[in-house]
Amino acid sequence: MTAELGHIALIIALCMAVFQTLVPMVGSFKGYQSWMRLGQTMAFGQFVFIALSFACLSMAFLNDDFSVAYVANNSNTLLPDRFKMSAVWGAHEGSLLLWALILAGWTAAVALFSRRMPLVFSARVLSVLGFIAVGFALFLLLTSNPFERILPVIPLEGGDLNPLLQDFGLIVHPPMLYMGYVGFSVPFAFAIAALIGGQFDSAWARWARPWINAAWMFLTVGICLGSWWAYYELGWGGWWFWDPVENASFMPWLIGTALMHSIAASEKRGVFRSWTLLLAIFTFSLSLLGTFLVRSGILTSVHAFASDPERGVFILAFLFVVVGGSLLLFALRGPQMRSSSDYQGWSRETMLMVNNVLLVSATAMILVGTLYPLLADVLDLGKISVGPPYFSFFFVPITTVLMLFLGFAGFTRWQWTDARLLLRKGVVPGLISLVLGLLLPALAVEQLSWSSYSLSAVLTLILVFWVITMSAEDLLLKVDGKMSNLKGLTGSYWGMLIAHAGLAICVLGVGLSASYDLQRDVRMVPGDHVDLGEYSFQFVGVKPADGPNFSAYRGQVLVTVGDQLITTLWPEKRNYKAAGQTMTEAAIDGKLTRDLYVSLGEPLGGNAWAIRVQVKPFVRCIWLGALMAGLGGLIAGNDKRYRRRKSRLTTASNVGGIRV
Amino acid sequence: MRLALFLPVALFVVLSVVLLLGLDSDPTELPSALVDEPFPAFRLEALDPEQGFIDEQQLIGEVALVNVWATWCYACRIEHAMLNQLAESGVKIIGLNYKDNRADAFEWLTLRGDPYVFSVFDLRGSLGIDLGVYGAPETFLIDAQGMIRYRRVGVVDERVWSNEFAGLYAKLKAEAQ
Amino acid sequence: MHPLRKQRLQIVVMIIAASAVATGLIIYMLGQNANYFYTPSQVLSGEAPEGTFIRAGGMVVEGSVRRDPNSLAVNFEVTDGSAILGIRYTGILPDLFAENEAAIAAGKLDQNRVLQASEVLAKHDEKYTPPEVAESMNAAYKAKQKQKRKADKL
Repeated sequence: MTAELGHIALIIALCMAVFQTLVPMVGSFKGYQSWMRLGQTMAFGQFVFIALSFACLSMAFLNDDFSVAYVANNSNTLLPDRFKMSAVWGAHEGSLLLWALILAGWTAAVALFSRRMPLVFSARVLSVLGFIAVGFALFLLLTSNPFERILPVIPLEGGDLNPLLQDFGLIVHPPMLYMGYVGFSVPFAFAIAALIGGQFDSAWARWARPWINAAWMFLTVGICLGSWWAYYELGWGGWWFWDPVENASFMPWLIGTALMHSIAASEKRGVFRSWTLLLAIFTFSLSLLGTFLVRSGILTSVHAFASDPERGVFILAFLFVVVGGSLLLFALRGPQMRSSSDYQGWSRETMLMVNNVLLVSATAMILVGTLYPLLADVLDLGKISVGPPYFSFFFVPITTVLMLFLGFAGFTRWQWTDARLLLRKGVVPGLISLVLGLLLPALAVEQLSWSSYSLSAVLTLILVFWVITMSAEDLLLKVDGKMSNLKGLTGSYWGMLIAHAGLAICVLGVGLSASYDLQRDVRMVPGDHVDLGEYSFQFVGVKPADGPNFSAYRGQVLVTVGDQLITTLWPEKRNYKAAGQTMTEAAIDGKLTRDLYVSLGEPLGGNAWAIRVQVKPFVRCIWLGALMAGLGGLIAGNDKRYRRRKSRLTTASNVGGIRV
Repeated sequence: MRLALFLPVALFVVLSVVLLLGLDSDPTELPSALVDEPFPAFRLEALDPEQGFIDEQQLIGEVALVNVWATWCYACRIEHAMLNQLAESGVKIIGLNYKDNRADAFEWLTLRGDPYVFSVFDLRGSLGIDLGVYGAPETFLIDAQGMIRYRRVGVVDERVWSNEFAGLYAKLKAEAQ
Repeated sequence: MHPLRKQRLQIVVMIIAASAVATGLIIYMLGQNANYFYTPSQVLSGEAPEGTFIRAGGMVVEGSVRRDPNSLAVNFEVTDGSAILGIRYTGILPDLFAENEAAIAAGKLDQNRVLQASEVLAKHDEKYTPPEVAESMNAAYKAKQKQKRKADKL
C-alpha cells in the first residue's frame, strides 16, 4: 500500500502545484487578495504531500518492498539501512523525487518568509515556483514514476546499488547539489515576478540576496563534496575531470557567483539591473540544462543516468518553455539598459563588472566545450570528445586576472575610487606576494629533492598571497588598532573576506597539487620499493581480505622517509559479487600539506601487482577552501541588514515577524 | 538598444535546436540493426552437455523468445520469476547463458526453476557478439522462420511483456499457424 | 563626435574585438583538443591520421592481451567485428578491462598503425558499454551482414 499512497500523494501535490501556479497569478492581476493568499497555503500543502510521497518511497526501501520496480532495481536485503536510504536517490526516478522535494522545501520557505514582501509580488513568485513544480511532478508521473509495481510476479531479491555509490559521500552529495541547483529557482522566480510587475528597485534586490547566497552556499558545498568523493572513491586520485556532468554543475555555480556580485551593485547603486535579472534567469536555466544533459543521456559521461529519449524530449520541452519563455519575457519587459555614466573608472561598480565579464566568459567557454561534441555529432563531423587541456587553457588566465582584481575588492568605493589610492594600497602586499611567490618555490627545490623550480607554483603563490595580504591589509585598516572596530564590521564584509580567502586557499590547493604532484605506476613484487621524492614506498604484499558483500585483496605498503616509518597504507581491490563490479579502494594518508595516495591495480602473475603511488601536496586545500567559500556565502547572506530593514518595513502589517 | 534584449532568447532558440537534433542522434540509442534480420548462425554446446551442440536451425519452426542470462547478472534475478510464469503459460523460451560458469548456472536453474527449453552455453560470448548483446538480460523475439522480430534490452516484467511483447507474440503465433 | 558618443563607440569596438579574439581562440583550442573517435575499420582503412591524438575502441580480442613480464607495458587488440587494431599501453588497466569486453584507448597511431595509447577506458559497470563502442560494433555488424547477403546471392 505504501507505494500507492506515495503515488497518490504525488498526484495530490501536482494538483496543488497547478492551483499554486494559476490562482495567485490570476489574483495578482485581478487584485483578489484571497486568491493571492492561496499561493502560500498551496505551497505548504504541496510540501507536505511531496514529503509524504518521499517518505513512502523511503519506507518501501527500508521494508525491501521489491514489488516496487525502482526498489527492486536499486536495493537488496543485504544493503545496510543507511545505504537503503541513499539508494532512494541513487538512480533516476528517486533522485527526481528528491529534486521535487527540495523544490517544495524552498517554495515553502519562500511562502513562510514572503510576508515581508508585498502580496502581489510574493503571489507571483509562488506562482512561478508552482509552475516549475508542475513541470517536475508531471515529469515524475508521466515518464519516471518511482512507485511503479512489478506485478504480479514479485522478485524475491533486488538488484544492487552500484558499489561506487555505496558510500557516505553519496548520501550527502546529491541532496546538497540539488539544494543548490533548485535553490536558484527562487531568484529565478523573483526575476520573473519582477519582470511581470516591472519592479526592479533596491528592495527587490534586497529580498533576493539572501536566497541567492543560500543557494550558492549549497551548490558550493555540493560541488566540493562531489569532487572529494571522486578523489577518494574512484580510487585513482583525480578530483576534477571536466566531465560534462561536472561542467553542468560548475556553470550555474559560475553564473550564480556572478549574480551574487552583480546584485550587490543593483541593490546599492541601482545599476546593472537588466544584467542582474538576466543572470538570475541564466543561473536557473543552466541548472535545468544540467538536468537535461544528465537525464537525457545525450552526452557521454560517467554520471549519465540510463538514457531514455522520452525523458529527454520531456525535459527539453520543459526547458524550452521555462527558459525560452522567461528570456522572451525579459526581451519584452526587461528594463532599458542605460549608459552607465554615474560611475567611473576605478569604482566598485567597474570591479564588479570585471568580475562578471570574467565569470560569464568562463561559463561561455565551458558551455561551448561541453556542447561541442554534441554539435559535432549533429553536424556529422564525427565522434569527438573535448580534452581537459581545452578547459585549463582558458581557465588558468581567467582565474589569474580574477584573482588580481579580487585583491582590490575591499578597497574600492562605489561610484569612484582614486586609482592612485588603489596602487598605494597594493604596493606592500604586491611586494610581499612577489617575494614569497618567487622565493618559496626556490626553497622547495632546496628542501624537496624532487621538485624543479616550478613556474606554475610561482604564479599560484603570488596570486594566493596577493589576495590574502590585500584582504588582511584591508581588515587591519578597517580595525585600525581598536578591537571595538571589529564589532562594527558587517556580516557582508566578513562573508566576503572569508569567501575570498577560501577561494585563495582553493587555488593554492589546485595550483600546488598540480605543480608538485608526483605519480608513478609501477610493477611491484613483495619487497620492492619505489621512491617518490623524499618518500619511499615499500610493497610488503597482498592478502585476501573479504568483506560482507565483497571479496577483496588488501595490499600493505610501508611509507618511510629516511629510516623513519611515516605510515602503513592498506589499499584494496574489491570485487562486489552481486553486481560483478570491481572497485579500487585507495589508501590515503592525508595531511594539510600533502596526501600520500596508493592504489592497487591488477595482479600481474606471480606475486607481482601493478601499483600506483602518488604524493599530492596541498591537495586537501582545494576542498577546505571551497568549504570556506561556502561558509563566507552563508555569513554574507545572514547579514543583519537584510533582517533589520525588512522588519522595519513590515512591522506595521505583521506581528512577531519571522526572520530571514 | 531594445533589440539587444532579444539576443539571449535568440541564442537560446539556436541552442534548443542543437539540443533537439542531439536528442535525435542520441549516442546511446539502441539500434534496430538486428530486427528483421535472421538470427545469426552459430554452433555452440548446450548448457546441459547431454543435449550436445546446438545451432541456429534448432530455433526455427516455432515462435520463441531468446533470453540472454547469466548468474553474474543481478537484474536476471528480477525477471526470472516472470520467465518461469511465461514458460508455464506455454511460451517457448530459449536461454542464452552468457559468459557464465556452468556449475553456477546449473545451481541457478535448480534453485529458481528452469523456464528454458534448452540453454545455449556461450562461454566466450561469441554468439553474444554476433547478436550485439550489450549485457544481460536481453530478450529477442523470433518468429517461426527464425527471424528476429523484436529486441528488448533490460528486464522483461509483466508491464514490458504486455506493452511490448504480448501483441506481437500473438500476431506471430497466429501467422505461424 | 560628441565625447560620450565617442566613448561608447570605443567600448563597442573593444567588445567586438574582444569577442572576436575569444571566439577565434575557442575555435582554435577546440580544434586542438577535440579528440576524434575511430573504429578499428576506420583506422585500418587509413581514415585516421597518424601522429594525432585520437580515440579508438572496440571489443578486446580474446587471447590478445599480453603483459610484459618486467614492466607495466601491455599489448592488446580491439575489434569492431571486421577489423583488428593493435594497441600498446604502459600503465594500469582499468578495473573492468577484460577480454571480450568493450574498451576505448586514447593515444597516437605510429607508422605501423598501432595505437600508442596514453589512456585506456573500459566500461563502467555491467550495464554500460561506451556508446561509441556500441555504435562501432553495430556498424561493423551491419557491414558484415551486408557482405554475407552479397556472398549468399553469388
